[in-house]
Order: sequence, then C-alpha cells, then structure tokens
Amino acid sequence: MSSDVRFTDFKSDKQPTWCPGCGDFGTMNGMMKALAETGNTPKDTFVVAGIGCSGKIGTYMRSYALHGVHGRALPVGAGAKLANPDLEVMVAGGDGDGYSIGAGHFMHAVRRNVDMTYVVMDNRIYGLTKGQFSPTSREDFETSTSPEGPKQEPVNPLALALAANGGFIAQSFSSDALRHQEIIEEAIEYDGFSLVNTFSPCVTFNDVDTYDYFRDSLVDLGDDEEYDPTDKEQAKDKILDSEKEYMGVLYRDDEKNSYEQSHGVEGNMADIPDGAPEDAMDLVREFY
Amino acid sequence: MFVSTLSGLYMAEDLNWAVGGEAGDGINSTGKIFAQALARAGRHVFTSKDFASRIRGGYTAYKVRTSVDKVQSVVDRLDILVALTERTVEENLDELHDGSVVIYDNERTEFSDFEAPEGVTGVPVPLKELAEEAGGAIMRNVVALGAVCGACDFPIENLDEALEKNFGSKGEAIVENNREAARKGAEYVSEEHGDLETLQSYEVETTDSDYVLLNGDEAIGMGAIAAGCRFYSGYPITPATDVMEYLKGRIEQYGGHVVQAEDELSAINMALGAARAGARSMTATSGPGIDLMAETFGLVATSETPLVITNVMRSGPSTGMPTKQEQGDLNAMLYGGHGEIPRFVLAPTTIDECFWKAVEAFNLAEKYQTPVYLTADLSLAVTEQTFSPDTFDMDEVEVDRGKIVDEDEIESWQDEKGRFQPHFPTADGVSPRALPGTDGGVHMSTGLEHNALGRRTEDTDVRVEQVDKRNRKIETAREEEDWSPMEYGEADADTLVISWGSNEGAMIEALDYMESDVRFISVPYIFPRPDLTEAVEEAENVIVVECNANGQFADLIEQDTLTRVQRVNKYNGIRYKADELADEIDAALSNEVQA
Repeated sequence: MSSDVRFTDFKSDKQPTWCPGCGDFGTMNGMMKALAETGNTPKDTFVVAGIGCSGKIGTYMRSYALHGVHGRALPVGAGAKLANPDLEVMVAGGDGDGYSIGAGHFMHAVRRNVDMTYVVMDNRIYGLTKGQFSPTSREDFETSTSPEGPKQEPVNPLALALAANGGFIAQSFSSDALRHQEIIEEAIEYDGFSLVNTFSPCVTFNDVDTYDYFRDSLVDLGDDEEYDPTDKEQAKDKILDSEKEYMGVLYRDDEKNSYEQSHGVEGNMADIPDGAPEDAMDLVREFY
Repeated sequence: MFVSTLSGLYMAEDLNWAVGGEAGDGINSTGKIFAQALARAGRHVFTSKDFASRIRGGYTAYKVRTSVDKVQSVVDRLDILVALTERTVEENLDELHDGSVVIYDNERTEFSDFEAPEGVTGVPVPLKELAEEAGGAIMRNVVALGAVCGACDFPIENLDEALEKNFGSKGEAIVENNREAARKGAEYVSEEHGDLETLQSYEVETTDSDYVLLNGDEAIGMGAIAAGCRFYSGYPITPATDVMEYLKGRIEQYGGHVVQAEDELSAINMALGAARAGARSMTATSGPGIDLMAETFGLVATSETPLVITNVMRSGPSTGMPTKQEQGDLNAMLYGGHGEIPRFVLAPTTIDECFWKAVEAFNLAEKYQTPVYLTADLSLAVTEQTFSPDTFDMDEVEVDRGKIVDEDEIESWQDEKGRFQPHFPTADGVSPRALPGTDGGVHMSTGLEHNALGRRTEDTDVRVEQVDKRNRKIETAREEEDWSPMEYGEADADTLVISWGSNEGAMIEALDYMESDVRFISVPYIFPRPDLTEAVEEAENVIVVECNANGQFADLIEQDTLTRVQRVNKYNGIRYKADELADEIDAALSNEVQA
C-alpha cells in the first residue's frame, strides 16, 4: 500500500539479545513487515509489550512503545487506542504474560473488542527465567519446576477467545515467514480486537515444541479451499480439535462492531483547551 | 430563629435535621431532596450519610445541618428527626435534646403506642394515608418532607424544584402528585399541630442567595473535566464509584470516555496507556485498589508518565469497613510500591478544594511527568455542602501541559543519531515529552532502568543519573510550586493544632467551642508538604488530629520538626463532629498540663 515506508523503518538500531535461532526474530520481522505493508508509519504506531523474552520487542522495533509490567500489556494498549484512535496499536507478549499472569485481561480484551492486534509469542515455556513450564506447556513436559511434567491441562487460547466471542482468532508460526506476515496483516486490517497466537519456538529451553514439531504437525487452513473462517461452527471444530493444530485465520466475524464504534469514541483526546472547556460552567449549574 | 439550649456551649444558629429508617426506605433521596430545597432557598447545607448503627445493620439515615451562615461540620445534636421506624428514634437518643421534634407515622403498627423520649415533642402524621390521598403510598417520605416544611414554617414552594429535579424523568404527573403529597403533609401539621410551641421555635429563614450543592467525589470529577481529563478507567469500589458515575455521561460531552475495567490492575494500566497517548488521564479507587495498583504505580513513575490516581479513603486494612470514614492510607500513598518512587500526594481538606486540587493534580502530573495521588477521605467524598457557584469559577482554571514538544522543537531533543531522548537528564529533571504521532519523537519507555533514550541499562553511572533526574523533578516542584497550608484561629496562641483532610471543617467550627485559644494549620499537601518546623517550635502544645489509630501524619510532623507532638485520633469509622473535637482537644490539653 504505502510506497515510502519500508519494514526496516520499524527496526531500531538495537541488536536483539534473543538467543540465536529464537522464534521471536521471525515473529518480530513479520510484525514489522505487516505494519509497513498495511501503510502504517513508526510515528503513528504504538507497540505495547509485557515482561518476558517477548517483552524486549519494544526495544528492537522502532515506533512509539511502552514496555510495561508483567501481564498488563492489553489494558495499556486499549487505553492508548481509545485516547487516540488514529494510532495503530499492536500488543505483543508471551504465553506467560498473556495466558497466565495476564489471563484475566485477555478474556476482557477479547470481549471488549478495542481495535488492536495482539500477537502472542507462544513458545510453551518460560524462557527469560530459564525454563519453567508455562500455561501452554504440555501435561508431561519436564521442566525445573515440573520434573514429572506439569500434570495439568494446557490452556487452549483460541478456545478462550472463541468463548469470549472474539471476532478475529488466528494462529501463525514464526518460521513460516510469508504466512505469518499475511496473517498479521489481516489482523491489523481487522476492525476490532484480533488475536494472533504465534508459535515462536524456544531453542534453548523447549526440546518438545520445536521448529520441527510445528513444521511437521501444523495444518495450514490457507490450503483448505473448503474452509470458511466466517463459519463459527467450522471454526469451533478446528479450535477444539484435540488431534491437530492449525495455522491461519480460524475465525473472523466481519459484522461485529469494535468498542470504538459501539461507544462513539473518536478523536484525539490529547487535544484539549488551555483552560476549562468553554461551557464548563454548565457543570456547576447542574448542582443547583 | 432557633438557638440551641444545650448549656455551656456557643452554637451557630443552625438547624440539625435527619431522616432515618431501614435501608431501602429511600432515605438518601429523601434527605437529598430536602437538602436541595434548603440550598434553593438560599440556606447553607452540610449533609452526612456516615451514620453508624449503634444496634445492628440495615439502619440508615441522612442528616442535614443548615444555617444562613456557612456550615462545614456535623454536630452532636438533632433538632428535627423524621423517623420512618421506631428504631430510628432509638439510634438517635444521644443526639435528641430538650426541644427536639420527632415526626413519625402514628398509624404504623410499630408506632401505635409510641411515646417520645422525655423533653422531645412527638408529632404524629399519618404519612401513608396522606400519601395515598395524593396518589400512592410510595410518596410517604415526601409527605414527611411536607410535614417538616409545615413544622418549620419553611415555604413549601421551596420543595417544588427539588421534586422536579428528582422525579422529572418520571413525567409531570408524578411530579405533580409529589407536590400534592408534600402539601398534604404541610397542611396536616399546620392544622393539627400548629399550636405546638416547640414547632414555632424552628422557623427556617430563607435568603436570596443561590447555592449549588455537591459532594467531594462530584467536585473531583468536575475538576477533572475542567482540567482537561478526557480518559477515565476505573473499577467500581465504595466510596470512589461516585467519581466514575459522575464522569460517565458528562466527560463524553467534552470528547472523553469512561471505561469500566475488569479490575484495578487493568484500570490503572488503561489510564497509563491513555496518558502515554497524550490524554489527561485518571483512575479512582479506594484502599484495596491502591494496593492492587502499586506495581503499576512504579511503572508510571519510572516511565515518567503523567497520571492522576484518586484514592477515596475508607476504613481498612483489607476489606475493613467499606462505608466508614478513615484516613488510614497515608503511608500507603506516601511509601506504597517497591523501590523508591517519586510522586506527589495531594489531600484536599474541603469539598470545594477537591475541585481545585483535581485541577492542580493534572497540572503537576504533566509538568513533572510524575504520578499524583489525589486523596479525599470518605467524609469529604460523600458529604454534600453548599457553595456559591463562583467558588468554581471556570475562568480561573489553568491548564499547564509542561514540556510537550512539537515537530519544530523536536530536533533539539534528539541525540547525534537523530533519536529522541524522552528521559534526557535536564537541569530541572523534567525531560521533553513527545506524544505518539509526533514526527521525530519515536521512542520507547519502560519500567526497566533506562538511559536517556528509554532503553534498558545497568550502567552504574546512568542508573545514578536517572534516579537523580527523577528525584530532581520533585525538588524542582518543591521550589516552583506553592505548598502552603491554610491557617485559622489565633496566630500567636500557645496551642497549635495540625490536621489534614476532611477534619478541617470540624476543626474550624471547634475553634468556637474551645476554652483556650488555638492556632490551627490545615495541611492539604502530604508530599511534598509545607515545613511546619517554625510553627511547631513556637507553640507550647502541638496536637495533630487525624482519623486513624497510629497517627501517620503525626509521625511525619515529628520526623519533619524533630519535636514530639500530641495525637488526637479517631478510628471508629465516624468523622469528627465539631463539638466532640473541641472536647477532645480540651481534654488533651488538660492531660498535658497534669503531666
């Protein structure tokens, strides 16, 4: 779309400190390319990141950004978007940030439906703290805090989003650069809250959910001509399928109003007069 | 006019009125209608809803103190009581006096053989029956208000506007019925009890003055809108919810928005996000919410984001007594959050100051890119008081947005590589601020220690530079801004009383009751705060009054002045009353003399 913005404009001059081979490189590249491809500029983009390896993304990208506290990136993104709807808001976090400490906000962000894109860099492990199980880890995944496996069900984030009547539910794989970028682009262009759960393998601490595993097992719905992502029944079957994992846009609802549309939120709230609003004495008169 | 007969005390020429009954009896709206009617009739009003049951829960009352002169406290005296239940009389026995009047429904079973306490005049009015004649039993409280008008010779027309205001949305017929109900109550009292001598002493004078009636939560909300606050996110919590309810439906008219968040963690983070985007932004909560917000509070300060956090204090810790008065969160606001967090803490002392301190809070937040606690205790928040409308002169509201830089200035704040430096260590500690959308201002901010660019660092020199820079903002503010307290009483008195928050009104009135001369300093700033060393050193006796058990503000005064002070504390959940406070201070002074 935009000819003069290149994806490298979204790249900061700071070299990432992620481990060599980390999935987060590919996840971030796709985000930057998708932002450029959809005509966004760094000055009008606001990136919010939480805590964890994923949280470093705000440093490596070039845009307005806030690196917040653990698990609260989604509310920060919603506040920024509502205060200035002209901003392109992209929230990035890990599976721990989004589905564990921030799980409460996840469900409400989905149902609130503020127009922003949420990319979860899902590596099914806690990497920054050196290898503890995460809410998406497999039941038998042995880690330093689960020597015999967590022995609890992993979270199905797509199902959570569907249960909260999410309007855009997608899954991508950092290593499938083209598809990942396409999916993020579609998420950016979606008018409402969009979830992209991105498998972003941890090469250091996760020897189960590896590049090979995802490459071999992920089924790309983009290849399935029969699949209609606007059909909720089909989406439900795929999302709840316990045998297979899917990639692509699993569900989209184009009829849904975003929060901003429903509430008539528009205009930049930063624009205020240098004194009280002209008719502010009306507020006083109300108390007669 | 009525002057109290209580012996030995000077009394303002005031009337103390209350309506009481069971929760669900419509006590609050009945009380408010009467308070509004008094305000419209040019009388000053001070209300309180913080009645504690002496017997058991479920009892509720709305108390109105009114005078042609300014009233700013409640007192331990009740002149006219509308008792919807017999228990209401029992609950108020301490405050009824020789000459009090109790209006009650003698046809209600429980009142059938009611006998007013000795010296108290019982005025039976068939509230339900008269209400039914006017169109429905539901209006019996309005009949009672009419009866009060009859009893005090208060022109019934004064109720009309308040009835319109409260019932207008239900249609003109309902308003008309209510007016009729009120008249029936008034006529009944004039006809049946007109010859009662006690009633004749309660004539309520009216004036030509025009007053507005509002509470502290509303004043904070109005101040926020006036100051340009456009984004509010909050989670409902007693007693701060009124702030959100006030803003909802109003802030939108000025281009703003209110979000009801899923919890306080979300509320403060949304407010933070909006502030990063450039909006003047606020959240309001009470003690439990302040605890939850503590982690993000540190992020707000470290990322140098302007944010106003209103804390309407209630009794704690934990769930405490959610509807009761306390000033127990001072230390939480002053020290809350891990690490050392620069902040401002403002504590307005009156309802009108809730408005002005809200304006000040937003200016401080943006000028110094620092979080501001704005705190009102429950008594300020839920109490209504009358003011002349020009108390809130909107032309006096100034908006100072601090060092927001536009695209013309941005280059001078970029480093040699053209990168904007949002945390540049300036001489006054305040860095330039570029709002998203500003070309050349792209930057990240973080809760990690960072360099001028906002990038993580563990460099020892940069760490010290950034800590000093953030603290320097507070020092700059200490120099540049006015942190003066208010002063009342006798400037050269031997006794100095210091208080903060809502105690001011009761204390000002207490000055009239007390035996000795007192210098009274009321402090609206907790951090930074005025240096009271000189005043403390000049005084022979120093007493710090506050509504908490441990004397948190007294600790600060001792720390500031290196002088021991006496503490007068109340923490039973009820605000100080003027006469009670006078007694407490007199007692403290006589203990001091004995010691």
